[in-house]
Formats: sequence, structure tokens, C-alpha cells
Amino acid sequence: MTQLHLDQAQIDRARDSARRIARQVFDEMAQFTTTTVERATLRLLGVDGVDENFVPLPNRVVEHLQAQGLLQYGAATLLAGAMQEHGYTAQQVAEAVAQGTLTLTRPKDEAAARQAAEAQARDRCAHIAGQRAHRDEKIKTLGEGQAPWLYLIVATGNIYEDVAQARAAAEQGADIIAVIRSTGQSLLDYVPYGATTEGFGGTYATQENFRLMRAALDEVGAKVGRYIRLTNYCSGLCMPEIAAMGAMERLDMMLNDSMYGIIFRDINMKRTFIDQFFSRMVNAYAGIIINTGEDNYLTTADAYEAAHTVLASQLINEQFAELSGLTPQQMGLGHAFEIHPELENGFLWELAHAQLVRQVFPDASLKYMPPTKHMTGNIFKGHVQDTLFNIVSTVTQQNIHLLGMMTEAIHTPFIQDRFLAIQNAKYVFGTMKDLHSEIEFKRGGLIEQRAQAVLAETEAMLAEIETISLPTAIGKGMFAEISRTPTGGKGLDGVVAKADNYYNPFPQLMLPETLRDRPERSDALSSTDQGGLRDRPQRSEALSSTVLEASHA
Amino acid sequence: MLETQSPEQWVKPYGDTLNDGRVQVSFTLPVALNETSKEGAKRLAALMGLDEPAVVHCEDMGQGFSFYVVYGQCKHQVDLSSFQVVKPEYEVMDKDAINARIAETMGRRMVVVGACIETDAHTVGIDAIMNMKGYNGHKGLESYHEIRAINMGAQVDSEELVAKAIEEKADVILVSQVVTQKNIHLDNLTKLSDLLEAEGLRDKVILVVGGPRISHELAKELGYDAGFGVKSYAEDVASFAINEWNNRKAA
Repeated sequence: MTQLHLDQAQIDRARDSARRIARQVFDEMAQFTTTTVERATLRLLGVDGVDENFVPLPNRVVEHLQAQGLLQYGAATLLAGAMQEHGYTAQQVAEAVAQGTLTLTRPKDEAAARQAAEAQARDRCAHIAGQRAHRDEKIKTLGEGQAPWLYLIVATGNIYEDVAQARAAAEQGADIIAVIRSTGQSLLDYVPYGATTEGFGGTYATQENFRLMRAALDEVGAKVGRYIRLTNYCSGLCMPEIAAMGAMERLDMMLNDSMYGIIFRDINMKRTFIDQFFSRMVNAYAGIIINTGEDNYLTTADAYEAAHTVLASQLINEQFAELSGLTPQQMGLGHAFEIHPELENGFLWELAHAQLVRQVFPDASLKYMPPTKHMTGNIFKGHVQDTLFNIVSTVTQQNIHLLGMMTEAIHTPFIQDRFLAIQNAKYVFGTMKDLHSEIEFKRGGLIEQRAQAVLAETEAMLAEIETISLPTAIGKGMFAEISRTPTGGKGLDGVVAKADNYYNPFPQLMLPETLRDRPERSDALSSTDQGGLRDRPQRSEALSSTVLEASHA
Repeated sequence: MLETQSPEQWVKPYGDTLNDGRVQVSFTLPVALNETSKEGAKRLAALMGLDEPAVVHCEDMGQGFSFYVVYGQCKHQVDLSSFQVVKPEYEVMDKDAINARIAETMGRRMVVVGACIETDAHTVGIDAIMNMKGYNGHKGLESYHEIRAINMGAQVDSEELVAKAIEEKADVILVSQVVTQKNIHLDNLTKLSDLLEAEGLRDKVILVVGGPRISHELAKELGYDAGFGVKSYAEDVASFAINEWNNRKAA
């Protein structure tokens, strides 16, 4: 593929800055847990269901622990201690707590409780590893779509209607189905339960809805001879819990950004940084590809002027993702085609940016988003805008291609809107299949100069952020021109400082060895930790069949 | 005495000849494509009021759906002189003129509190009107030195918005609603106006709503003072607001 001339040393410097920026935040946040991290831990350990008022049991147990002043020790040991003491399953403990017949206390034998928690966690990880292996197997036997993968959204509010539309979309050529969440779910501090038929602008993310859609896509995938990937939204106040549910139900992709919630949903910074780490760790282990949300910056800021903020944020997102154990192929770094259509040479600048991102992240599963901000009610022009977007995507070899809808800015897509969008993309991808390897960028030309300028701005921006720290940078509105403060936003009350002997079994089981706690700590916890690697799918091998085909660069 | 009637002005769609009525529609039927469904599409177009309907394109979409593009000649016509359109009555001024008008008539800065209310998470509209940068080269209200613009962002509870309006002594409340699926915006907007009524504030503030599916007529029906749809900019909203403020003062 033709390359732009870029200064690799400059890319390295920018990436090193991003690494130090992420590391600083990570180290500061490592001393905290959150209510939703503990609820996710309970879910992973096998707690599910709701009480008579439809309050999820994970919430009931965590509230109970907070009331007892025990949450700082971590929910896992307290749950496992009660399971041992009473001979209950995890679910029975939660039910008893919700009924008020059981009060959780510190376990009498801390080491034994930890060991029990660890054994239970190991067991549950085996299920997730099994789901991952199942996915790999299906991709091997069924095959998968050619990149750029066609990513389509369903959003009827009713899971059964979503299923009908998703099946039709898959039959028409979609490779990925994303079920948009009901507007406002990101700010719920609990995850709704069961199959749902009433949502607004989308459908609630529930474990049962995940299961229903997964089954439907498996079925239609078998019919069309292509594994169809399922996407949902691992964002908002319940990021880690959605990750846990998705891991258990074999979702394939999750929107999972390290800063999106802070900037666009006014969720507290600390809360988000802690939650994103745990949720990404779960996604990494489950073989899920995360999608980041830099495209959103360009809906508030100008796409031409703020192009460097996208690249800077992608580098930060990449470094946070690495700390959670995600491989480059699991990083669906996001960007978008949002330059004003009236800007002269705007297409050149779109091409420059998409190619720049491709070269800075050669192994990432880049996610490319269609025009939205400058879509009008003129559906005919909109279809042309989407066509230009499709061209940039194939020429720069993007991986995850979110289909633009001509009716963007009018309504959630009709079935025919999707149909026409798929036809458009397939036409462009087919007729221009090898164009990318036939053309070269003019040395020192407008496109190359533009990419170099954006890269230089990115390096400078990251250097500045490194000096002032990421929270300060967000406070100054450096991303999307929106300013947030460390103590502002929703969900800060769910942040809890860990006690010295806080325990959670999952990081040791889910993180790659290089990212786990030092042995002096884990040795003290358990002598049976040796088997940790055995449950773990062989990451590089598993991924090669999953996404290697997608990463062309 | 009746006012002099304006002359009748009948119009119908134009293809390439006056009054040929030519239109295009496209739609999906929830059945697989076959000769029967194709005839069905044609008859449906006739029922829509299209003479000589022709299915120029049809395609099976899988899963029991089929897609049609139909051309036909619209039977109907309308008399443009026979109705009146409700629109806010004000003169659109530019930023300088608006600032001058506020300074001269109010003698203080106009306070505008804006938000995207309830579950709606889409700030694109409220940002386009309120943020410094504005949209399409039209600066937002924050850039008006005679306006104090407070943008509360997205997913703001109506209660929170009303509390803020009281605290800031707002002259204008500006709400945006983008998501309209299942008419959720109507519930949200009604809730806000009910709340203002209950707080005894409704007459004290100028209440304005904007969004891609909002018309002035709809806004009036919901008890708002004005509604702004697509292609509205900060100067449209601000011109209306200062005009309305002066009208109320005069009344």
C-alpha cells in the first residue's frame, strides 16, 4: 500500500508522551475501586437477577456492603466467605442478602475465602474463555466478511424488532450489528434486566437482550456463511458490568472509550478512569474488539481544525488499552469523515487524516465513522456524502466501517435506508477494490503536507498534556472543546479507596502476565495460582484467526 | 367587511411540464418480492393519490422484505392562498443589532439558560445555538456580549433546568430535543412546561424549543413561545427573544 512520508521518530515521541500520560493516571487510580467494578465482579462470579422492585441483585449486594462499611475490601472475598460458611452458591448469597436474611461480614478465614473466590473466578473465566474459543472456531468454519467490515446499527427500542432488522441487515451484507442503547442508559447506575421492548432511540443493553441477539446472529450467520459480529455499548456508569455481561454472552465488539463518558456524558473523571481499566481488562480477556469514540470530538469541534485532537486521543486510548491487556488488533480506534462539505479540498484532508491514522496504527482495527454533523434532510446529497466516505475508507484500508445513512439527521434508519447504504458501500468497495495499491500520494503534495502538519500538532498537544496532566487537559477543554473537572460529573460517590488488603481475583486471571501485580503480592494470596495461564486462551493464536485478516496494513 | 382575499394559487408537483404532478416515492413492503407484491406496490401508490403509478425499480431485501421505487402523477393540488402558516413574528437582526437592542431596551444583559433535557443526549443542536463557535459561520449566543448564555449540556432533568433558571434569573429558557422516536420529545417538553407552570414561572420566562423535528406550530401547541427547526441560527433565536421581551414589556 502506498505510504505517506511521515517522521517515525515524531510518531514515537508522540506515543511515548501518551504512554506516560496514561501511566500517570493509571497509577493514581489503582488505589481505588468503584461500585460498578464490584458489581461487575459479582456478576462475573455468578450473581444475576433482580429483586421484587426490579433492582438488580449486584446492586443490592454492593449497597449492602457499603452500608456495612465493607466495600473497600472488595466484594469477592465477602461473597466467597459467605458461600463457604453457608454452603450457598453466589446467587443464593445475593438472594439471601436481598431478602434481608443474611448479613455479610468479613470472613473468619481470610485466606480460605480468597482461595474460594479465586477458584470461583477461575471457573467463571473458563466459561468466558470457552466463549472466546467458540467464536474463533465459528470464524474458522464459517469465515468472515472482508475488511472494511460493514457495521450497521439497529435501534428500534424493541429487541424482537431489532432481531428482525439485524437478520435482514446480515442477509443484505452487514458484517457487524450494533444495537444502539436506549438514550439515557449511560447515566443509569444499574443495568436493566430481562428482554426489553420499550426503549427510546435504542434498546436497553441487558444480558437477556445480548443473548437473544447473539442467538439470532449465530443463526443468520450460519445461513449466510459468515460470522456476524455483535456490538454493544460498554460505556456510561456501568462500563465494567456491561463488559462482564458481554464477555459471558459472546459479544464481539464494545464501544469502550477511556474518556468519552467524561467529556460527553459528564461522568466523573476518576470513576471513568477506574471503570475503563476494569472493563477493558474483561474485554481483552474475552477477545472483544473495543471501539473508541474520537469521532464524537468532531461533532462539537471543527473536523479540520481539531484533527490533531483525534490522533492525540487515539494515542492515549491506545496506551490505556495496552495497560488493560488489549492487543493492537483489539483496538478499534475511532475517527470520522466530518469535514464541512463546502470546504475546498475537504476530501483531500479527509484522505490525509484517514491515511495518517492508518500509518500511525498499522495493526489496529481502525473504526471509521460516516458523516453526521453535516448531513441535512437532503437525502440525495447525503447519499453522495456517504459515497465519498466509502471511497476514503477503502483507499486507506480502514477495518470497521460504520455505514452512513442518507437519512442521518432525520430519523433512526428505516430498513430501506440500511439496504441502500449497504449497496452503496459494496459498490464502492468492489469497483475500487485494489485502487489503494495502484495509486501513490504525491511526495510533498497537499495531502502529505496536511498529514505531516496534523502529526506535528498532535506531538505538541501530547507534550503539553504530559506537562499539565490529563485531568488538567480535560479541564481546559482540550478535547471536543468541552471542559470537565476531577470532582465534577456523575458517579464520584461510587468511587471507593481500596483497603490495604483489598482483593479482586480477576486481574490476576485476566491480565497478561506482564501486566499483573508483582509476585510478592499474588504469592501471598494463593499458592494455587499456577493454573492461571491454563484457562487463558492463547491470545496471539486466537486473535490471528479473529482479526488478522482485518488488519491489512 | 371581509378582508380582500388574495387570489387563488393552486399548485401541484412539477416534473418537466407545468401541472404534470410527477413525484417519486420509495418504500419497503414487509413481504418477499414477487409479481403479487409488485402489483401491490403499484396499487398502494394509486391509493396514495398517484395516477399512472409505475414501479421503476424493485428488489428483494431478504428476510421477507422488498423495496420499491415508484413514479406517478399526483392527483392533488393545493391552493397556497387558502391557509396561513404560523411563524414567529419578528425581524431577524444581526449580532450587533441584537446587542444594541438589548443594551438599549433591557439596560442589562439578557440571561439565556439552555439544555438538552431529560434522556436526550444529543448536544449538537443546543451547542450550535449557544456555544461560542456556533454553527456554519453563525456565532453562538456565548459570543454575544449583551447575552449571558449558560449551556447546561445534555441529559439535564427538567427540575434541574428550572432550578438553574430560577438561580440565574433567566429571561429565556432554551431547550433542545433531538431524539423524537416514539414522540418522547413531546413528553419531555410537556413535562418542562408543566413544571414551569407549577412553579409560577411560565409567564416570567420566554420559553423556546429547538430541534430538527420542531416547528413553530408544534411549539405553540405545546405551550412554548417559539420553536426553531433546521437552518435556525443564534441570531434567529436571539432576535425572537429580544423582540418577545419588548412585546411583553409593552403589553
